[in-house]
Amino acid sequence: MAAGDGPALTGTARLVPRAPAMTRNADRRIRIAIGCAAAAVLAGFLVGALAALLLATGSLPAVASLLEDGYIRAIVGFTLEQALLSTALSILGGLPLALALHRARFPGRDWVLRLFLLPQALPVLVGALAVIAIWGRSGVVSDAFAALGLPRLDVYGLPGILIAHVFFNLPLAARLMLAGLDRVPAESWKLAGQIAMPPLATFRIVEWPAIRTALPGAASLIFMLCVTSFTLVLILGGGPGATTLEVAIYQALRYDFDPARAVSLALLQIALTAAILLAATRLGGDPAGGFGLGGDARRYDRKSRARDVADRTVLVLGIAFVAAPFVAVLVAGLRANLAGLVVQDAVQRAALTSLCVAAAAAGLSLVLSTAVLLAMEALRPTAAGAAGTAPALARHTLETTGSLVLVVPPIVVGAGWFLALRQVTDVFAAAPYVVVATNAAMAVPFIVRIVGPALSEEAQRTRRLADSLGLFGLARLRIVDWPAMRAPLGLAFAFALAISLGDLGAIALFGSQDFVTLPYLLLQRMGSYRTSDADGLALILGILCLGLMTLAERGFARRRRRA
Amino acid sequence: MRAPVDPGRTAALRLDDVRFAHDDLAMRFDLTVEEGEWLALIGPSGAGKSTLLDIAAGFVAPDAGRVWIGGADVTDAAPAERPLTMVFQENNLFAHLDVFRNVALGIAPNLRLDAKQRRAVSEALERVGLAGFEKRRPAEMSGGERQRVALARAFLRGRPLLLLDEPFAALGPALRREMLALIETLRRARTDAPMTVLMVTHHPEDAVGHADRVAFLENGEIVVEGATDDILSDRTNAGVARYLGTTSSDR
Repeated sequence: MAAGDGPALTGTARLVPRAPAMTRNADRRIRIAIGCAAAAVLAGFLVGALAALLLATGSLPAVASLLEDGYIRAIVGFTLEQALLSTALSILGGLPLALALHRARFPGRDWVLRLFLLPQALPVLVGALAVIAIWGRSGVVSDAFAALGLPRLDVYGLPGILIAHVFFNLPLAARLMLAGLDRVPAESWKLAGQIAMPPLATFRIVEWPAIRTALPGAASLIFMLCVTSFTLVLILGGGPGATTLEVAIYQALRYDFDPARAVSLALLQIALTAAILLAATRLGGDPAGGFGLGGDARRYDRKSRARDVADRTVLVLGIAFVAAPFVAVLVAGLRANLAGLVVQDAVQRAALTSLCVAAAAAGLSLVLSTAVLLAMEALRPTAAGAAGTAPALARHTLETTGSLVLVVPPIVVGAGWFLALRQVTDVFAAAPYVVVATNAAMAVPFIVRIVGPALSEEAQRTRRLADSLGLFGLARLRIVDWPAMRAPLGLAFAFALAISLGDLGAIALFGSQDFVTLPYLLLQRMGSYRTSDADGLALILGILCLGLMTLAERGFARRRRRA
Repeated sequence: MRAPVDPGRTAALRLDDVRFAHDDLAMRFDLTVEEGEWLALIGPSGAGKSTLLDIAAGFVAPDAGRVWIGGADVTDAAPAERPLTMVFQENNLFAHLDVFRNVALGIAPNLRLDAKQRRAVSEALERVGLAGFEKRRPAEMSGGERQRVALARAFLRGRPLLLLDEPFAALGPALRREMLALIETLRRARTDAPMTVLMVTHHPEDAVGHADRVAFLENGEIVVEGATDDILSDRTNAGVARYLGTTSSDR
């Protein structure tokens, strides 16, 4: 390990300053080796799941025959249809909101931007419950409709899925478009102010071109998130008419026990997500992006009464739409017998299990991601040396491995290991390990994106200095890399904890009487119609995750400001 | 409502005891730029030179004090209502608009132009030596050419006061001289009085030959102002001498 060699190498370098080349290469080699090993573990886990899927059926299913299957065609069709509609609605709704948020300066604007960060931190299962509480048959909106003599809403099926997807993704769309507007140089707003550009011309000449640059990325990202949607469709969908590929995989394994069908569906899902992810990266959409509260661009718009009224209306509607589900979770949760819930043995055990799984997953994820990142830095071409194609290729491979889990959804990974482990052992005995590993893999892309830029910035600034001082091995890790990574690693850890705490994808397959996490318990209580319990659990889970993400966001904003 | 009248002479620009605090720096500006004058603002980074221009242009509201332009109190006026035009160091142009439309924005903020206005835009481009560049995009031009486009727009607007926020900082010495000469020509080509220029610069030599006066800013205050040659050869003021590096030997 590098740990043992480090100090010795540093010592040699200090004593013999003329020959640091040797030790530098050794240091590089060790970093690259550890990083490649970490990437191999990660890839092995994900690809192993795929291999297990293929082995389980014995043969590669013919894609052509898959698409002839009416049931599968219907599922693929619905998966795409709901994703397309969700994306269109999120973008169309997010556009006026982004414009209004950028134009309007009002006290509490920061809080609105924070509110728009929240849906992504909310466990999807909790969000689904909240959407039902607002838009469901006995929800707030239905009550209002009934009072007016109108029929109550039916939230199950496509409408519910769309509402929930828009709830989660409209704020994301608005934020990505807002980020586009924040990239407009300050001089452009000054220029627009100086020539008193009318509102429509400002939209045409300044705002729209800025938003347009963010659109392809935002749209492809949201489309991707909706295509891989599992929890929302599981809760709000119903029947073959409203089932996505992910849910169908789960049903094939857990209810019908039809591994062959699960494999076919999983392969279709991977092909689909790979194609979309490829398009998304081409279009500039970063599935792990969209952090921060945005800049504080000053604008000098010409006064316009009509525009102000329109902006205010949009803001009130948008804030109400995004805030209502949170209020619903809070109100319903507080109405539940929280004290009674907290002392329940099952709840305590689930909470403890959740925390253990989350801590283990976050820790594992952090170790793997850091190893990969350090290797990627070591492979970066130096300014002076000719950049070989081999290191560049290796770097690219490491980077791709980190994002692999975006293509292979947790439910597919779970399905693969479910089928593989069934051959050799009791699936449910191995469940905790698979869930921890899956959750860890899920967090890797996010950690890489949070920690990577800080590490790479520092490395570029100090690499030549550290090299010339003969700072290698552990000493370099301690003096150069660790200070640069420490703050973002803390945030990444909180992020990974929250992802694991809220996850239902992996636990849905592997959960059992002996292995229950909070989201799984919540799902069980919903299934047995213990609604009050479910509401209380949703509040607890929501507060846990939101608290962690708020910490992460705070720290991230502080780091940004300092940078 | 009658606009209050500048109690002093009708200067092109007057900052009267203007105060503004930002990032622990308490700024206080008292400055008069006479009509037709060219005044250069010099001083170390962070002294408040750009802030002074932003206050004059209306992009920053002062904490206290009054801003007068052409004898009228404009302290509370929006940027567009002030009879001035500003050229920035960078990003003067919209990257997605061609040169013609970038210049046209100066007289038609919604880009709807009649034939006469279209001619005026082309003439403005001709005057800065960019005839025939109408269809070019900013990305296809050099830094100097882009600033010429910005100047074409500034002069097309026909405002009596021009604020320059280091627009030539990124250009080489020869190109900078060329640009300053161009401004000199254009501001004197006006039918009425020559345009008043307030210029922030990092290159004191830019002031030589063009600026009538130089004001030296340090720590948010104008420490000294006077005729260009006097200030630039001044060795009595420690701040100026330190900034110019002329403490011991001549430039």
